[in-house]
Parts: sequence; C-alpha cells; structure tokens
Amino acid sequence: MPRVAGVDIPNDKPTWVSLQYIYGVGLKTAKEICERLEIEENVRAKDLAEDQVSRISNLLSDEYVIEGQLRRQVQQNIVRLRDIGCYRGLRHRRGLPVHGQRTKTNARTRKGPRKTVAGKRSVKEMR
Amino acid sequence: MTRSSKKGPYVDERLYAKVERAESRGSRQPIKTWRRACTIVPEFIGHTIAVHNGKSFVNVLITEDMVGHKLGEFAPTRMFRGHIGRKEA
Repeated sequence: MPRVAGVDIPNDKPTWVSLQYIYGVGLKTAKEICERLEIEENVRAKDLAEDQVSRISNLLSDEYVIEGQLRRQVQQNIVRLRDIGCYRGLRHRRGLPVHGQRTKTNARTRKGPRKTVAGKRSVKEMR
Repeated sequence: MTRSSKKGPYVDERLYAKVERAESRGSRQPIKTWRRACTIVPEFIGHTIAVHNGKSFVNVLITEDMVGHKLGEFAPTRMFRGHIGRKEA
C-alpha cells in the first residue's frame, strides 16, 4: 500500500476516495489533486506508480495544510477565542454549542450524555 | 451571512471619535458605550471600553487579538448561575 503524508496509508480504493483518509483532504481537495497531477482519479491507490505517489506527497506538503499541522491550527484558533474572553470562547470553555443552536433540547454532541437530575418532573407527569 | 467587504467594517463614528480624543489626550479612562455591534479596530488597542450588557457596563481592555470582533462579544448579556438543587461539580 502506498504511503502518503506520513502515516496515512490509504487502502485499495479509487485514488479520489483513498486520499480523503488524510485529515484535511475532502472530496474537493482530493479531486483537485488528481486533476492537477493529471492522475486518473479512478485508479486504485495500490496501482499508482511510485512517482505519482511521491508527486502527491510533495504537492500535499507544499501547498496544503494537513494532519498534525491542521489539527494544531484549529486548536490554536480555539485557544485564542478562549483567551480573549469573547462569547464564542465562553461557549468553548463551557462545552456548549458555539453557533447559537438551541440548548433546551438536543445539543448532545457538545454536552455529552444526559445527566439526569433527581426530583425533576418529566413532561408526562405534569399532564 | 457576512457583511459586504465593499462597506468596510461597521465602526460607530462617535465611539471612534471618542477613542481618538482619548488617545490624543493620553487618557486611559474607560469609555462608556452601548454600541455592542461596533467592530473593534486596531485603533482601540490598549483602551478600556465599558460595554453595556443591558444592565451595567462591563470593562473590556482591548488587546490585539480582539481586533475584528464586535464589542458585544465581550460583554455577556445572560448570566447562568446553575439550576436549583443541583450541586456544583
């Protein structure tokens, strides 16, 4: 299996699919890379020639922010918001949704599993 | 949707003038304002702006990182003190 961008070893799927296993490469970037390097996007990743793999690697490291570097960038942006004490930073600190979603119900992705409060009446009991 | 870049950032003119006046006088007194929607521009750095949160004024010392944000982002309008009967974790 070819090795692209450090540890990522995309499997034997079409190139445009397997490139998306890299953090920071989605559908658009994957197709863009295939087009720019004139690689047939439906060739299985394992059938890529040695020089094609290295050209992909070079292009990714030169012109794209991916993997650890991208993760760090995202983290830094969040830390900045926390440190300046703005509303979005507060939401990050509290672990609540940042983009103005409702929190009366839902928002479980950010809030995590439900914490049931003792003595609180359910909707059914109130009727 | 983001604001059209043709218009430039929304900066309240009167507040801007006030900051400039404070700058020229070297005054670091908090400047009171209700203009929460006003964007923070580099000229504000180092000044303390008292932003109204609907009830009182919150002193905000403007730092470089805050440029591009709006004043209201730094003066929360709601205060959540926890639910009754729920112990603080």
